[in-house]
Amino acid sequence: MEEHAKVKIKGIREGLLITIRDDDWSDAKTALQEQIKEQSDFLKGGRLILDVGNHNIRAAELGQLRDMLSNDGLALWAVLSNSHVTQQNAQLLGLATRINKPIPERTSHTIDTALNGEEAVLVRRTLRSGFSIKNSGHVIVIGDVNPGCEIVSGGDIVVWGHLRGMVHAGAEGNQDAIVCAMDLAPTQLRIADHIATTPKRRGKPQPEMACIIDGQVVAMPWKP
Amino acid sequence: MINKVITITSGKGGVGKTTATANIATALAVEGARVVCIDADIGLRNLDVVLGLENRIVYDLVDVVEGRCRLRQAMIRDKRLPNLFLIPAAQTRDKTAVSPSDMIRLVEELREESEWVLIDSPAGIERGFRNAIAPADVVIVITNPEISAVRDADRIIGLIEAEEKGPAKLVLNRLKPEMVKREDMLSPDDVLELLAVELIGIVPEDENVILSTNRGTPIVLDGKSQAGQAFRNIASRLEGQEVPFISLESSNGFFGRISRLMRSGAD
Repeated sequence: MEEHAKVKIKGIREGLLITIRDDDWSDAKTALQEQIKEQSDFLKGGRLILDVGNHNIRAAELGQLRDMLSNDGLALWAVLSNSHVTQQNAQLLGLATRINKPIPERTSHTIDTALNGEEAVLVRRTLRSGFSIKNSGHVIVIGDVNPGCEIVSGGDIVVWGHLRGMVHAGAEGNQDAIVCAMDLAPTQLRIADHIATTPKRRGKPQPEMACIIDGQVVAMPWKP
Repeated sequence: MINKVITITSGKGGVGKTTATANIATALAVEGARVVCIDADIGLRNLDVVLGLENRIVYDLVDVVEGRCRLRQAMIRDKRLPNLFLIPAAQTRDKTAVSPSDMIRLVEELREESEWVLIDSPAGIERGFRNAIAPADVVIVITNPEISAVRDADRIIGLIEAEEKGPAKLVLNRLKPEMVKREDMLSPDDVLELLAVELIGIVPEDENVILSTNRGTPIVLDGKSQAGQAFRNIASRLEGQEVPFISLESSNGFFGRISRLMRSGAD
């Protein structure tokens, strides 16, 4: 059993990780050979990652080891080591020296459906004259924004209600910022460094979205 | 006993705070309740004039706060209604003579012996306003159907909410139905759409209000005045009664009369 303790075999995502302790290299090699022989049925066809710790191993020796393992039906694809020499030699033989990289022939693209979203503040109340909101992220208001109120946002501004106060979206220079409201009638609307006022309305209020198109603030119907 | 402390404020000056205070207080007192009015507009007092009690002032609010007299000594009994009292403001001092905590202490003393305490707030959003709303259970915001007054009302309502005295109740004063009909004046719906608070009264423009103010006799004591009726209705609503709003149709003119006849016929 003492021999076995020199070599540890563990299954990980990338294959079988074999860790060799920092003893005499030839002893370790013998132990490894013995263990592989013993469990050859179990290990057959496996992809091996060899962690040799601080050992300096010559290229020829690594090559030998790889041939030996392939005779046993095992494919050595990576050698991990703290030794720079071993790492270089492994690379010469076309072996990987890091395992956190995806395995080339088995890459499959999984679609990441977990979106992180962006920072925003949500305000659920009527924002009356004299109130002000300043936020470097987006600002969402559920309620009315009355004249005399001021909203300054680094990102977008969305108002689920009447927007009649002063709003500044993309205040840190974001030209892509938008302002949306169920009734877009701000005293003044700013996006990045552009300033616009609300023209006299004709007809019923409708949901609108304002953004910059060709250097001008433009309002358009806000539809899903 | 109802024991309610009501502050009447507006933000903008000249919209009718003092007139409303005098009339609502008088209307409540006519119903038999014991009512005390406090004029919190120190330095620019008016409530005593509107109530016709100017010549009876001996002690005032600042005298009470500074301990120069007892509370009862500063309470002036109304000359018509024995259950209506006024604590006048000092005219020779300013708003800083009183603090919000002074007001709370004074009103706590009044709560024990009166059913209603009405506080007439000064215009503005500074110390005087904060003094006036500090002891309030209910705040009434009064506004006119004018953009500037409505904007100030909006600001005041926001401050009242921030002081956790909200939600404020709204009185729309000096409405001219004919102008609303011509769409030359904001309608009650326009005002409510912006302010989004509970409306407890619409008072129509009435020349008699000026006459009554000059005479020092609140308009609610005039049974024929429409404005007087509107103030009586506000008092009833404060007492918890359900009172329908006065029809905005002009009572003058052929159509007004016809529609009134039709309505009374339908009853």
